[in-house]
Amino acid sequence: MRSPLRFERRLSQPRWLTVAVPLLSLLAALILGAIVLLATGRNPFATYHRIFERGFASQSALSGTLKSATPLAFTGLCASVAFRMGLVNIGGEGQLFGGAIGAAWAGIALGEQSPGVVFLAMLIGGALGGASFALVAGILRAKFATNEIITTLMLNYVAGILLNHLIFNSTSYWRDPKSAGFPTGKAIGTSARWSAVTIGQLAIPRGWIVAMIAGILVWVLYRKTRFGFEVSVISDSPAAARYAGMSTTRKILSVMALSGALAGLGGASDIGDFRHVLDAKGLQLSGYGYTGIVVAALARLNPLATLVVAVIMGGLTNAGFALQGPDFPSGLVGTLQGLILFTAVAGEVLTRYRIRLTHRHSTPTVAAR
Amino acid sequence: MNNNLFVVIAASAIFYGTPIFFAALGELLTERSGVLNLGVEGMMLIGAVTASWGSQHVSGPSWFIVLASILLGALAASILAAIYAFLAITLKVNQTVAGLALTIFAGGVGLSSYLANTWKVAVRPTPHPIRKLNVLGLAAKPVVGPLLFNHTILTYASWVLAIVATYYLFHTRTGLHLRAVGESPQTADAMGVSVTAFRYVHTIVGGALAGVGGVVYSLAIVPTWVDGMTKGVGWIAIALVIFGFWRPDLTLLGAYLFGGLSSLGLTLKARNVHINGSILDALPFVTTIVVLVVVSTGWARKRLGAPAALGVAYQREER
Repeated sequence: MRSPLRFERRLSQPRWLTVAVPLLSLLAALILGAIVLLATGRNPFATYHRIFERGFASQSALSGTLKSATPLAFTGLCASVAFRMGLVNIGGEGQLFGGAIGAAWAGIALGEQSPGVVFLAMLIGGALGGASFALVAGILRAKFATNEIITTLMLNYVAGILLNHLIFNSTSYWRDPKSAGFPTGKAIGTSARWSAVTIGQLAIPRGWIVAMIAGILVWVLYRKTRFGFEVSVISDSPAAARYAGMSTTRKILSVMALSGALAGLGGASDIGDFRHVLDAKGLQLSGYGYTGIVVAALARLNPLATLVVAVIMGGLTNAGFALQGPDFPSGLVGTLQGLILFTAVAGEVLTRYRIRLTHRHSTPTVAAR
Repeated sequence: MNNNLFVVIAASAIFYGTPIFFAALGELLTERSGVLNLGVEGMMLIGAVTASWGSQHVSGPSWFIVLASILLGALAASILAAIYAFLAITLKVNQTVAGLALTIFAGGVGLSSYLANTWKVAVRPTPHPIRKLNVLGLAAKPVVGPLLFNHTILTYASWVLAIVATYYLFHTRTGLHLRAVGESPQTADAMGVSVTAFRYVHTIVGGALAGVGGVVYSLAIVPTWVDGMTKGVGWIAIALVIFGFWRPDLTLLGAYLFGGLSSLGLTLKARNVHINGSILDALPFVTTIVVLVVVSTGWARKRLGAPAALGVAYQREER
């Protein structure tokens, strides 16, 4: 069985391709999504039109979109930072939960202090909560060469169970003792709520501003510093890095901690900007961590592009929230995001290879047997 | 006697271990061909939701509906596996990311949930669940009854599959070729074995088995549809292949260990033993991490048996 497709490795990647391919991927995903919608008896044009309307078309829609985009920007950065070193951290989900737990603690404990102090404490709590989950996998990877894909994934479930434990199965600090019947989280203090920056009718969540700063800092770190240089050497050639005397162990630990801290900030933004309580169920239903991987892949691991892609994905998510109902079932947005990831991954091939169709009889026949 | 705690735990370990084994065996065959498919969780969920649909819409005698539902679940999951195979084998994309894409696309908040909502499969329990059999009327016999003679047809099928897969891998020519494709595709190619065909077939068959694993959830264990009902078992199955050193027999044992762990909470609760539920919930996941650390360190690493070409696309021109 000989494939008619031939792959010729590109020696250089033309610049226009790195922009065109993600855009084409997005378009291809929309077409595939339309096929799924048609096959299940829905009108794709009407559906897409409604998504666009509720996600992007007005200032209030954009405000909601930025709110949804904020955690995605953080989990996207979390994935980018780790993937760039070849560390497949798919624990953004659990690390975000950890960050939410840390930030909610700070928000409840210091909720009546001055807003600046609480804000800073929540950021630190979020970053520490996220980093601690990521470091478990990081230490195991660095010390025992344990596969981080599976450990970070298992930790997502552990973090979810921890959330359930704090809110549903115990009388923890995070649970509202007054909540009768269905247990809920304790509300954070009034000065712990992050006020948005408003421009006209557009409300920019404070978490989004933090995400932009974080994105720029990560870009500088990976582009302009020795740290970033060493990360790219370790990722491209671990052997060369070893000969040059770079400590892989230390890099794994610091990259995992940074990656987890970024996801944790996403959890903090969920508490500060959005829900104001530790919402065990809501957090687990959001799938921020997994969508962050889609964001990072479509942004081709570029931290600045991650911010842009997060807005697109946030718009989808926001429209999904707003439209959810009988003719817009939950799961539709996740399906579209999954398709985008598929086409982004397939699109990668176009940037690395030139694909040629060859005629079967013209390929040189290799003696088969 | 049959109410003895150990008998109950062992019997439910087999019941809950069956879907884990199907998924892990599928992944084992896929990985033996050198392909790493991280989409198990997604394929299981698609298998589960399709079988739910089949159970509510296929008409005919009950045994036929059950059989058709199982096959539909396997078929749906193998279609996903075929898409994955195209990406990983023909387009040679990064297998880790493509597998993740499959799980995100099909998983608990993706296509499986969308289809369940569109088909409205969750509104009532499955009308034709897969029931436990009373084989030869021996189900009530002490100890051996619950352990050997009181399982669903899929559990018996999984035992047959474990034996067949072991024989296939280690005692047939095709099995030898399969292992060669996973260990050294260049050599296999030079021997005239089609690397592409072997990888496609085993990835698709692996997907079908993962689908059957999902069917066990929606038709036997729960048996109704709940979004994300496999709750991470697909990932445990992937880890299990590593613990099982890529061997079907050890993988079966591992599946029962994890089946036992994941059902321990239910078993103990039914007996009014009060242990913190959260700890029991976390047990399978924490155990996976611990075992993975043990396997990746020390003596175990030398005899791991991972296919050498696992996760690496084969291209004849680029040797």
